[in-house]
Amino acid sequence: MTPAMREGVLAAPSRVRLSPFRSRTLQGLLFTAPLLGLFAAFVIYPMVFGLWYAADLDSYRGIFSDPVFQQTVVNTLWYVGVAVNVKLFLALLLSGMLDYRYRVVKILSALFLIPWAIPALPGILSFRWMLNSQWGIFNHLLTKFGLPSVPWLAQHDTAFGAVMIFHIWKYLPFWTIIFLAGRRAIPNELYEAAAIDGAGVLQNFMYVTFPLLRSLYLICTLLSMVFTLGDFTVPWLMTGGAPGDSTHVLATLAYRYTFAMGRLEWGLATFAVAMPVTLVFIFVLMRWVKI
Amino acid sequence: MKTFISVVAVVILVWTFFPVYYMVLLSFTPTNDLFQPGLYVEHPTLRNYVYTMGQDNPFVRYFWTQLGTSLIVSVWTMVGVGAVAALGSFAMARMKFRFRGYVSGMTLFTYVIPSSFLAIPFFKMMGDYDLIDTKLALVLAMITFASPYALWVLSDYARSLPPEIEEAGALDGAGTLQTFFHLYLPLIVPPLIAIGTYAFLYAWNEYLYALLLLTGERNIPLPVAMSNFLTTDNAPWNLLMAVSTVYSIPPVVLYYCFKRYLVSGLVSGAVSGS
Repeated sequence: MTPAMREGVLAAPSRVRLSPFRSRTLQGLLFTAPLLGLFAAFVIYPMVFGLWYAADLDSYRGIFSDPVFQQTVVNTLWYVGVAVNVKLFLALLLSGMLDYRYRVVKILSALFLIPWAIPALPGILSFRWMLNSQWGIFNHLLTKFGLPSVPWLAQHDTAFGAVMIFHIWKYLPFWTIIFLAGRRAIPNELYEAAAIDGAGVLQNFMYVTFPLLRSLYLICTLLSMVFTLGDFTVPWLMTGGAPGDSTHVLATLAYRYTFAMGRLEWGLATFAVAMPVTLVFIFVLMRWVKI
Repeated sequence: MKTFISVVAVVILVWTFFPVYYMVLLSFTPTNDLFQPGLYVEHPTLRNYVYTMGQDNPFVRYFWTQLGTSLIVSVWTMVGVGAVAALGSFAMARMKFRFRGYVSGMTLFTYVIPSSFLAIPFFKMMGDYDLIDTKLALVLAMITFASPYALWVLSDYARSLPPEIEEAGALDGAGTLQTFFHLYLPLIVPPLIAIGTYAFLYAWNEYLYALLLLTGERNIPLPVAMSNFLTTDNAPWNLLMAVSTVYSIPPVVLYYCFKRYLVSGLVSGAVSGS
């Protein structure tokens, strides 16, 4: 574990170690040229292209008056605001559990990363079949116990709920591992000192663990929120926007505008709407994280 | 306390595992039993796998071609990311140069910006260059989006190497390139394995760009082909689950083989995922 991890902040480049080498601008740029070429061609250029195309105010008038877009913004806020934060909070709690050395916990930590290791699509397919209203296992069990069956993917609330649950299922293990590493980096003496003061589990968490993990937790929250803001795969494959285009998020709606409706400028405007928030997030992250 | 933790652990095990178990279960289910859901298979069959491997069903007509496309794209992404990140990390971790801060900023920017935000312009651009339906287009996109994290992990590792590398190189009169190839590269093999695996998995799992850039049954990679099943009402779900299981095996195997590298790489350098 690097010392930087201990504070939960990612390492800034150490100037001291670099001191033996002279400044070599040309060499540095040559070695990073492939990288810079890729970024210029496939990140900066598409972004400028997209924003330039989306600069027409009519597209914004168009999408803002589209009820599907309004619903999509609400969905995206739920996805990014609620699903991500529930996931990260659960990950923080779980990471504490994985620190115990019981046998069942060891089995759990060996198998725990499977949802993250397998691609999203197979997991989504499995969820979809389980939620199938006629032949799915959930409705089968519900009817077995005399309860009415639920059209899981055919109504907005449960369908979008399934998207959020799947997101948590798939990505919870990954963030748990990150927090677990953060916890393991906390020096044991702190807990020993806390024990002398008579601290219990809750006090340990409140006064030792959380203060030390706070910045890691914040960085992870920001990162996960930006990543999830652009998620296409999970909503698209789980619901495809159905029923009645009520479960879109920004990325799937932009796809629908562009390819199903042939309105490229609407699709690009959908992303442009999210750009200011994304940029704020990115610049905050850039202040905290250094490569 | 121990009972409580154990109960919670079992609950989480079930929650984690059940969807995966259910996928594998369905892949062994004969079509006749598909509509009688249960928690185990009554008449397990390998038929779904036989059909898949033998391409003996209209849905899996090009199974091997599509699997091959996924594999080729992933391997080239791995190679490309390895090369780009190895070169870049040498500069970022071992050199002090002007504009270094900008390179770092750009890398982080690319890492953080959701790739879907750039997908539509990227698609337009590839259309302009006549690269739609080529694997090259997809590989370029994958290299672009997988590199930042790779650079991050590699640079972080490279920074911990002793300064003697350059000194030894200088003593031997080696130029920067020789130092890079003969002294630096052999030392960064472990994180290179980690980021190679990461890049392979990134491309293997990618869906959006593959959906946009490749079309036609013979051209599309496996995930896109699988999602095309979903557009028909009578999708053979048990067959689809067999394909899903096959598609999931390489990442899981890679993950368990390189778990040590992957997890330590993930944790020491940065965070990735979604």
